Amino acid sequence: MSPAISPFALFFASIFTSNILLANFLGMCSFVSISKDMTSSNGLGLAVVVVLTVTTGVNWAVLQLLEALGLVYLRFIVFIIVIAAVVQMLEMIIDRVSQTLYMNLGIFLPLITVNCAILGVSLFMEIRSYSFIQSIVFGFGSGLGWWLAIMALSAIRKKVDKAPVPAGLKGAGITMITIGFMAMAFIGFSGMLQVQ
Amino acid sequence: MQETPMIVQALVAPLSVAGISAVLGALISITDKIVNNYGDLVLDINSGKKKIDIKGGAPLLQTLAESGIFVPSACGGRGSCGACKVKVITDIGPHLPTETPYLEPDEIEQNVRLSCQIKCKEDLELEIPESLFNVRQYAGVIERITDVTHDIKEVYVKLPDGEETSFVCGQYGQLEVPPYDKVKTPTQRAYSMSSAPSDKNHLEFLVRLVPGGIVTTYVHEHLKEGQKVNVIGPFGEFGVKETGATMICVAGGSGMAPFKSIFNHMIETGEIETREIWYFFGARTKKDMFYLDWLYELDGKYDKFHFVPALSEPQEDDEWTGPTGLITEVLDGYLKEKIGRSQPLEGYLCGSPGMLDACMAVMRKNDMTEDRIYFDKFA
Repeated sequence: MSPAISPFALFFASIFTSNILLANFLGMCSFVSISKDMTSSNGLGLAVVVVLTVTTGVNWAVLQLLEALGLVYLRFIVFIIVIAAVVQMLEMIIDRVSQTLYMNLGIFLPLITVNCAILGVSLFMEIRSYSFIQSIVFGFGSGLGWWLAIMALSAIRKKVDKAPVPAGLKGAGITMITIGFMAMAFIGFSGMLQVQ
Repeated sequence: MQETPMIVQALVAPLSVAGISAVLGALISITDKIVNNYGDLVLDINSGKKKIDIKGGAPLLQTLAESGIFVPSACGGRGSCGACKVKVITDIGPHLPTETPYLEPDEIEQNVRLSCQIKCKEDLELEIPESLFNVRQYAGVIERITDVTHDIKEVYVKLPDGEETSFVCGQYGQLEVPPYDKVKTPTQRAYSMSSAPSDKNHLEFLVRLVPGGIVTTYVHEHLKEGQKVNVIGPFGEFGVKETGATMICVAGGSGMAPFKSIFNHMIETGEIETREIWYFFGARTKKDMFYLDWLYELDGKYDKFHFVPALSEPQEDDEWTGPTGLITEVLDGYLKEKIGRSQPLEGYLCGSPGMLDACMAVMRKNDMTEDRIYFDKFA
């Protein structure tokens, strides 16, 4: 039975109060490494939005099938395979449809297959037994949240690059501290909506 | 209720995963068939000089090769050598991040692309050097492999009966070796032809063993006489200019190859008797020297041909009486004292990048102009 949350609330919750990066800390590796460069961050963020929305929808359908067959315990491995296949097909389709989009987004797609935020959202969808609409909205919102977070971080890192950072904290160190502060700031949203 | 047999229970999970993977695999190939199907296209090469009908969807490099046009590529289309540059006149969108590292800013402006990275999605207008139409793939057979030094082999390849090659001395061919040991794909590397162009049914290469080199290791350790190998060629711009100027040739190691071809060709045409030629060949020790007898013979036989071999580290038992020192030092001395300036000088270099740069510096210092120094750099 799906929980009684309006898709609208779920959408905002997944962006702000339970941001996939800053509340759940999923998808950290590309978050830390790619945020060095703002243009790449933008492309990667956009790609995450697309892939999250599509794979969460597809995985919802696959989950119904697994439930009907009594094979829910296979969800981890099946979700991963589905994500990999969907990303492959998306890459081909984007290459066909628009060269510009492929330039900005396509090259990041293979990178995203192994992003744990993607698998994480599919698993949250399963644990919280969302309906189809809720799943799509949750996937889309989580993607936007991830995009927002990486853009914010890369903007901050641009400033930090020019700041006098102690030698031992340069690079990953100060970035992790920055992420910590950002997460604390996002806690400020937490009272607004409650979905978990 | 009947108990499900153990074996069925154990098989359900792997079978389901396999089934789902199969369905997804099928979906991917269907998408590939539909999405990557660009229909029949036309490639227009050099504004109408050549038109070829192709099937769209594959990389340009591969499509051209299937139509018999071999754009040089050392890495075989993996986008790691940057050799397969082709000018695409049709606007096919911005350069990909996988192309830009190999292109100079002015090449990007002129729409030069890496043909292995771009897909044929529409009718394309291309510009390809005419000489590439001459390029062909030959299914050759190794007729002879000879050791010329401890680490250089002379590989003599026979082309299929009835097939002939026409190349200009100084050009190179790409030798392809099959997968072996940990190398999973056929690998091509470029080697200058050392045979004379008049030997139309054969190609000869000098292959020096490079530690860790994929093709050189194969040639030295696995290649057998009678074995089939693919050779693609000819490529390259290096060659003798018909100016009559004095030729200052400098080579090291397997850089001997183009000069062997050039001198043999000049003997055939008689040019060796009329044109002043200085050939400097550098090696470390006597065991790295080769073709000495032949070159000394030319030196004695032709007044205008001068052979100057030099050893940089002669050993005591080498009994070396010729010049010693780095080839650049020897060259410097000869340019200052022995080589006449009644004719303009032209430099011809073949060897490692380090040797080439050092020779260029010496030549510039001795008032030779850069536009008259031609070279074949080993990458």
